[in-house]
Amino acid sequence: MTSVCVTRVPRGHYRFWHVARMEWIKLRTLRSTWWTMGIGVAGAVAIGVAVGRGTKNASGDLTNNALAGMVPGLLLAGVLGVLVMTSEYSSGTIRATLAAIPGRPLLLAAKVAVFGAVALAAGEVAAFVSFFAGGATLPHGIPAPALGQPGVLRAVLLSGTSFCLIGLLGLGLGAIIRHSPAAIGVLVGGIYVLAQVIGAVAHGVRAYMPILIVGNSISTTKPVSCGGPVGQCPQPLPAWTGLGMLCLYAAAALAAGGWLLARRDA
Amino acid sequence: MIEVRGLTKGYGRVLAVDALSFDVRPGVVTGFLGPNGSGKSTTMRLMLGLDAPDRGAVRIAGRRYHELGWPLREVGALLETRALHPGRSARAHLAALAASNAIPFRRVDEVLGLVGLESAAGRRAGKFSLGMAQRLGIAAALLGDPGVLLFDEPVNGLDPEGIRWIRDLMKSLAAEGRMVFVSSHLINEMAVTADRLIVIGAGRLLADTTVAQMSARSASLEDAFLKLTSGSAEFRGTLGRTS
Repeated sequence: MTSVCVTRVPRGHYRFWHVARMEWIKLRTLRSTWWTMGIGVAGAVAIGVAVGRGTKNASGDLTNNALAGMVPGLLLAGVLGVLVMTSEYSSGTIRATLAAIPGRPLLLAAKVAVFGAVALAAGEVAAFVSFFAGGATLPHGIPAPALGQPGVLRAVLLSGTSFCLIGLLGLGLGAIIRHSPAAIGVLVGGIYVLAQVIGAVAHGVRAYMPILIVGNSISTTKPVSCGGPVGQCPQPLPAWTGLGMLCLYAAAALAAGGWLLARRDA
Repeated sequence: MIEVRGLTKGYGRVLAVDALSFDVRPGVVTGFLGPNGSGKSTTMRLMLGLDAPDRGAVRIAGRRYHELGWPLREVGALLETRALHPGRSARAHLAALAASNAIPFRRVDEVLGLVGLESAAGRRAGKFSLGMAQRLGIAAALLGDPGVLLFDEPVNGLDPEGIRWIRDLMKSLAAEGRMVFVSSHLINEMAVTADRLIVIGAGRLLADTTVAQMSARSASLEDAFLKLTSGSAEFRGTLGRTS
């Protein structure tokens, strides 16, 4: 047999670092990444400014008002999270990706780390710019909130994480569903529509719905009233509990997505 | 050597690959021939670990695909023409793959030059013609300078000049001592490209032979191929036949 060793393969094995580098190149070389994140951040800031300008009195939670754009803005992070996974399937890139990295759990972990970091950075930019811009554009005579006041820094920082956590929820859904329109439909329909319906019908679980966690738990400096007399309706979750719930949703979607990714044919 | 042993894969109730066994040896071009729908692409996907076999296994130099330390440095594959994101440039696509297997980035421009895409390197792959996308897929296969090359229908979409180019490329890769495994449903293309032939039909092995041996059996290689696969073609017109 003419068995000539033509190329020498170096020893060792691809590592997380290599896979993360691939995912970073894939993410940053698509213009849609920057457009989607840019629109999400700009939208969040614009809404925060609009709400700030409309403020009538200084007694409300002005930090929460300035962060009002985070809920609509995080939708784009969620959609981008879905696309990080589903665009691989729609374009066929997944086969090139998995031929390069057959270790599927490692691949998903790298996507989570790279996309999660980008979405977190975008979310924190959106939250801090919203906070300062919303404060700066308050009507004359209403003092802007400061980061040193109780609960303010926490509200701004945790709001920023919502882009990352909803983005990762989208990434997990993308891994489960694999088709862009269906996965985006489930994400948007699930967190914006279905969760609101469930919340309206079953008051007991209302506080656990992702949008209400972002709007009424993690972005507040003081407890929000549920609208009715105390004791008659469930109060929003405390901020840190709300953050834990969002982490749990993202983790559950990613675990299911990872389990399926490792077992299904590509 | 690539050893395919008892490979079996069904999708629902259809058995796409049925107890398939063969070897791919270095230094020669091995043609993988069969009618449309005979299980060639499924076999390729199973070889790369993209799909999991129901039974059987593929070993590349003694290891399964997922056991390879640097897969792209050991196996290069062209699976389908457009396995790339339309919004990403050719160079970015290759750079991402290079990063995953710690392949130096200068290799990206090397392979782009090798396939004649230097001038299109920065253009988005969505704007590529079928032939250009095929060349980019071949560049990706060559990226890690691998000892094993798998090409699934590589001449699809190429013009005559491109077909000649890929044929010469495959022969020169084999002459360097690499394993070259190329699927096609075009018997005449295989006749001028391959040395050895693996012929399958309906997922089963029909012949493991050489081009010379197979042509010797009939008036032409085409006749020999059609005779061999007559019982297994999934779709066949009846024009020119009485029954």
